[in-house]
Amino acid sequence: MTPLVEMKDISIAFGGVQAVNRVSIDLYPGEVVGLLGHNGAGKSTLIKILSGAYKADSGEIRVDGKPVSITSPRDARAAGIETIYQTLALADNLDATANLFLGREIVTGTGMLNDAKMEAETRKIMARLNPNFRKLQEPVSALSGGQRQSVAIARAVYFNARILIMDEPTAALGVHETKMVADLIQELKAQGLGIFLISHDTREMMELCDRVSVMKNGELIATERVEDVTEDDILSMIIMGKKPEKAA
Amino acid sequence: MTDTTTAQAAPKRSLTKTLELDTRLLGMIGAFAAVCIVFNLMTGGQFLTPRNIFNLTIQTVSVAIMATGMVFVIVTRHIDLSVGSVLATCSAIMAMTQTVVLPEGLGLGLGHPLTPWLTIIVGVIAGAVIGGFHGWLVGYMGIPAFIVTLGGLLVWRNIAWYITNGQTIGPLDPTFQNFGGIGGTLGSTGSWIVAALATAAAVAALFSARRNKVAHGQTPKPLWAELTMSGIIAAAIFGFVGILNAYQVPERVLERDFAARGETMPDGFTAAYGLPISVLLLAAIAIAMTVIAKRTRLGRYIFATGGNPDAAALSGIDTRFLTVKVFAIMGVLCALSAVVASARLSFHSNDIGTLDELRVIAAAVIGGTALAGGIGTIHGAILGALIMQSLQSGMAMVGVDAPFQNIVVGAVLVLAVLIDIIYRKRTGG
Repeated sequence: MTPLVEMKDISIAFGGVQAVNRVSIDLYPGEVVGLLGHNGAGKSTLIKILSGAYKADSGEIRVDGKPVSITSPRDARAAGIETIYQTLALADNLDATANLFLGREIVTGTGMLNDAKMEAETRKIMARLNPNFRKLQEPVSALSGGQRQSVAIARAVYFNARILIMDEPTAALGVHETKMVADLIQELKAQGLGIFLISHDTREMMELCDRVSVMKNGELIATERVEDVTEDDILSMIIMGKKPEKAA
Repeated sequence: MTDTTTAQAAPKRSLTKTLELDTRLLGMIGAFAAVCIVFNLMTGGQFLTPRNIFNLTIQTVSVAIMATGMVFVIVTRHIDLSVGSVLATCSAIMAMTQTVVLPEGLGLGLGHPLTPWLTIIVGVIAGAVIGGFHGWLVGYMGIPAFIVTLGGLLVWRNIAWYITNGQTIGPLDPTFQNFGGIGGTLGSTGSWIVAALATAAAVAALFSARRNKVAHGQTPKPLWAELTMSGIIAAAIFGFVGILNAYQVPERVLERDFAARGETMPDGFTAAYGLPISVLLLAAIAIAMTVIAKRTRLGRYIFATGGNPDAAALSGIDTRFLTVKVFAIMGVLCALSAVVASARLSFHSNDIGTLDELRVIAAAVIGGTALAGGIGTIHGAILGALIMQSLQSGMAMVGVDAPFQNIVVGAVLVLAVLIDIIYRKRTGG
């Protein structure tokens, strides 16, 4: 099977700091790959290269086996890559509908925004993802963390993303809302999407991911299947930067 | 999955919510009404005469036009301190175009029918280029708008001076002067026709929005609410035009006009000024800017960028080019304000537009534009301009000394921002 995404030998430096150094990772359809590491290990930087926020100094990105050039968020979207950011990249002053369609608004024949149509579409997708969601016309600043996250996820799902990048999707959420996002990840996975997940919560990663890749100081330490490693193995990779010794 | 439609049989809603009225806007209208009533009492009924309302209206237009553009600038978290100076440069360019370049340089002579229109086109292009240049410095070069336009304040004021050698240029083209106010009005019948057309268009827009909502399965507001809004709009438009039409042209002016045409005035002849063309221009700009803000991608991106610039950029919005567009729009509006301001004076003077940046920013901010970005309305800014102008001309009528007038205007600006901060804290908006 061809991987959905391959990132090969990716490097990027900011000033004198080598933020990502010759890292290669891949992702298959229906798979969740977790990226782990300390703050500053390079996970977010690596993923921002895939989402078009940064441009790699060297390396290659392939989608469906074909090399693609991703130089802007627009390119990433065109390749079917959607990102849900840690900081919830929503415009707080706009409502859920405006945020969901931001950058891809539905317009009428005369080029005007078709707000009624967009709102109807938002209603439909939100009914599927989060049936309790009603505040369609209020600024998203009035929403709870979970509701905001569901707007961000709805944005990815509505536009038929095939590759989803989730940067700390549950960091700002309560227990119940975290569960909701976890269920959603399982559902999207079942639909054949590939998901890159970034989190600090090792236990959560063990539950949600199929494979985990551990980074330290901009380098990839290892990628392991979760059933082959224990939580302690992962922690020692994060802290020591060493592959676990395969116990006999 | 639950049934979402039944849950929408919402609990009892307040009257303002049903009418979808903005409580903030109502507050501003209340403040404006209070200012008018107080001055009217203090001047013994002189403030709310048709004549004074007419004057107030034409004095507000120039600042109000620029304030609509300042809304976009402030919403995107920038500021433009150079508007008064850009107005002066555009005015100087247009004054030279119509009095020197076109008549002498191109040999059209004075009073050629094309002169005013070519002049306005030249002015608007100049405004767009200046504004676009500011936007490029801010968006692409990364210089803060505060610095770019603070520099611009000095630069463009003196480029205007250089263009005209500091001289007053006039008289301006007679057709061009029609944009100024009292010199160019529609008269009584014309004004009533415009009022009828405007009302019809506003009501049609209300009901077309309603149809669109119904077509997509949303619950529109009750029909009576829609009809009440239509009634309020019609009353406001016809009331305003009625007041302007009540301002009669003085008899001696009429006599002079008849004499100029070699006729004698019939006994008992009267004529009203009616709607000034400059007010129509403002109305057209206000509608265009509101449509841009609410119904176009450009407006959506302006507000999104103001709300969260990072989110906007990550959504694929080219925020740098957007900055150029926003400042270019501001420049165009400065040029249109320059048309109105210089036409009202009937000449270009070296100090035209001085301190307008303060009035324009104050109008936008009093009108509810948040300096933190992301929030602001066009109609609010126009109302803000009207409140500022009412304060200033009311104080002049009451006989407040000039220094105190400026002190009050400055204090009101600071106070308005304070009230705005408190209001937003209370409502969480």
